[in-house]
Amino acid sequence: MNLFSIAWKSVKQRRLASALTALSVALGVMLMVVVIVISGAVDGVFNQRTIAYDLIVGAKGSDLQLVLSSVFRIQPPIANLPLMYLDQLKNDPRIETAIPLAFGDFTKPEHGAFPIVGTTTEYFLNEYTPGKMYEVENQPGTRQLNGHYDAVIGSQVAYQNDWKVGDKFSIVHGSADSETMHDELFEVVAVLRQTGTPNDRSVFLNLEAVYTLEGHQKSVEEVETRLQDFYGNDAERLALAMGQLKQLREKRAKGQELGDAEMGYGMDTPDAMKEITAVYVKTRSAFDAVRFQSELKNTSKAVAVNPIRPIQRLMTNIVGNIQKALIALTAMIIVVSGISIFVSIYNSMSDRKREIGIMRALGARRGSVFAIVLAESAVLCIGGGLMGWLLGHTLAIVAAPQVSAMTGLLLNPWVIDKSEFVLFPVLLVLGALVGFLPALTAYRTNVADALNG
Amino acid sequence: MSLILDHVKKSYKEPNGNRLPVLGIDRYELQQGEQAALVGSSGGGKTTLLNVISGILTPDSGQVIVDGRDIAGLHEVSRDRFRAAKIGFVFQTFNLLPAFTALENVLLGMSFSGRGVDRPFAISLLERVGLGSRLNHVPGRMSVGEQQRVSVARSMANKPALLLADEPTANVDPANQELILNLIKDTCKEHNVTLLMVTHAMEVANTFTRIDRLADFNKPLLASSEVS
Repeated sequence: MNLFSIAWKSVKQRRLASALTALSVALGVMLMVVVIVISGAVDGVFNQRTIAYDLIVGAKGSDLQLVLSSVFRIQPPIANLPLMYLDQLKNDPRIETAIPLAFGDFTKPEHGAFPIVGTTTEYFLNEYTPGKMYEVENQPGTRQLNGHYDAVIGSQVAYQNDWKVGDKFSIVHGSADSETMHDELFEVVAVLRQTGTPNDRSVFLNLEAVYTLEGHQKSVEEVETRLQDFYGNDAERLALAMGQLKQLREKRAKGQELGDAEMGYGMDTPDAMKEITAVYVKTRSAFDAVRFQSELKNTSKAVAVNPIRPIQRLMTNIVGNIQKALIALTAMIIVVSGISIFVSIYNSMSDRKREIGIMRALGARRGSVFAIVLAESAVLCIGGGLMGWLLGHTLAIVAAPQVSAMTGLLLNPWVIDKSEFVLFPVLLVLGALVGFLPALTAYRTNVADALNG
Repeated sequence: MSLILDHVKKSYKEPNGNRLPVLGIDRYELQQGEQAALVGSSGGGKTTLLNVISGILTPDSGQVIVDGRDIAGLHEVSRDRFRAAKIGFVFQTFNLLPAFTALENVLLGMSFSGRGVDRPFAISLLERVGLGSRLNHVPGRMSVGEQQRVSVARSMANKPALLLADEPTANVDPANQELILNLIKDTCKEHNVTLLMVTHAMEVANTFTRIDRLADFNKPLLASSEVS
């Protein structure tokens, strides 16, 4: 019969008080584990290389907003770039891949208000994160956006709306709460497998189709001004764009004799009238990326942003601090639980004075009774902690599919974060701290008084 | 010689700062295996004497030699270990730990001795006191007599040299008194353990061949005046 088994007996003797105090520790630890698991998932989304591209090219403005809008799709885009600029990028020898993206519309609020991304099939033929290619759920399906009104949807969009290949839907213009609905119906041609990225909650449409939607056309005058602003230093490209606009004006001058398409509102809209929000760029080398980025900074109205750095800044300055605050809060809960253990054990000391006296009379040293009380506190802290750790991971395991479907966060409840390894030594120290005073009371117990009392 | 008290004095400090002499014993001896009843009035220092003999309290002066060792001169840790190994206790109120079964209470007595736990011996002790079938019962589910029998078994757990029994039959019903008394005496005899039983009941004391009256050899006031 060792000191721990004696301590365990004492814990069992005060079943209810022990269970409640251990439970309070368990709840604190459970919360902490859940925060750690969710933080891990958030880190996974924001801190890793969530997209397998070196640069995001967009209109000049906030780097962070460009990344949040084009990669995470949680901010409205800043401004647009001329589509003609995409050709320029594609022809740059330093650039291996340039994929256009156009944002601005959403699925209807009752369909989850998921962002619409106008792009090309090339988007799906590249890795979404290093080493991972898009896969299609529930064959038959395709990663091609061949048809004008084809739509490839993310896993969360499909889950929330119960959409399958062949289902049709319409979208709203502008913002998620806009009342302007596009008349066109888009057909799901593929459901992407879950990626754990913002792609899961995105709807991909054919870029060309996006231009034909009502309300996406700007006036020729407005486009002209924008092009002049963008290509102010590039007379050759400006002349090319202006030529296209001139032709469009001439077509429109003929007026009623032409159909919509030829009027420049449909499929034959000249490239000069088209805009994109951002371009995902993969360069041939890291050096090319740096050189290209620096070149744009000095010479262009576009900007190339490393998709990781603004997010790292965001994580360091805001998200990371929120995570730290949450962990600190749960740590406080654990400390409060520890105090409840202290109160529970300390209050029991007067009842146990006689027991301690008996043990001392039987030959237990002061150090032994001190250790027994300390062990009791440690048993409650570690036992509660273990229970909370298991509960936390169980909760994460049970909730992971639901959370993942609802938020797109890929929780990995099976992975044990390195901070969890610190948890138990910390609980042991907490147990020692909260048990110290009651243990000292046991240590100082006057045997003769305790036996006579 | 199993127990020798030599010039033992013990006093308590009173709230007013004065010292209240409780023990003043010139010489008291018990042979190995001897059994004695110690009779004294209430407040006469019986419990203090047992606490001094067992090393729970240290005397102000003098020697307390148990099994050849002066425990008054030992450091507290050594005294605790010595007590666990050499001295058995049977209390008036049994003093069993309520969360522990009968067997665990006996094992608990062993676990502080530093000699390890001898489970078969603990079981044999409980069988000897007639509780072989109640090893796993907690005190709350046992009768008063049974609890005291567990206490007797526990006192023998470390094969002590000296057994101190403090009014062991005071809380036991008359039917069990004789049983407990004989059990303690017989068990001590079987293991050649010296027995010092404190009692204020003459009918209990009269069952012993040696009856010592504390007042006869404890002269605290005299000792105190000698000191002053």
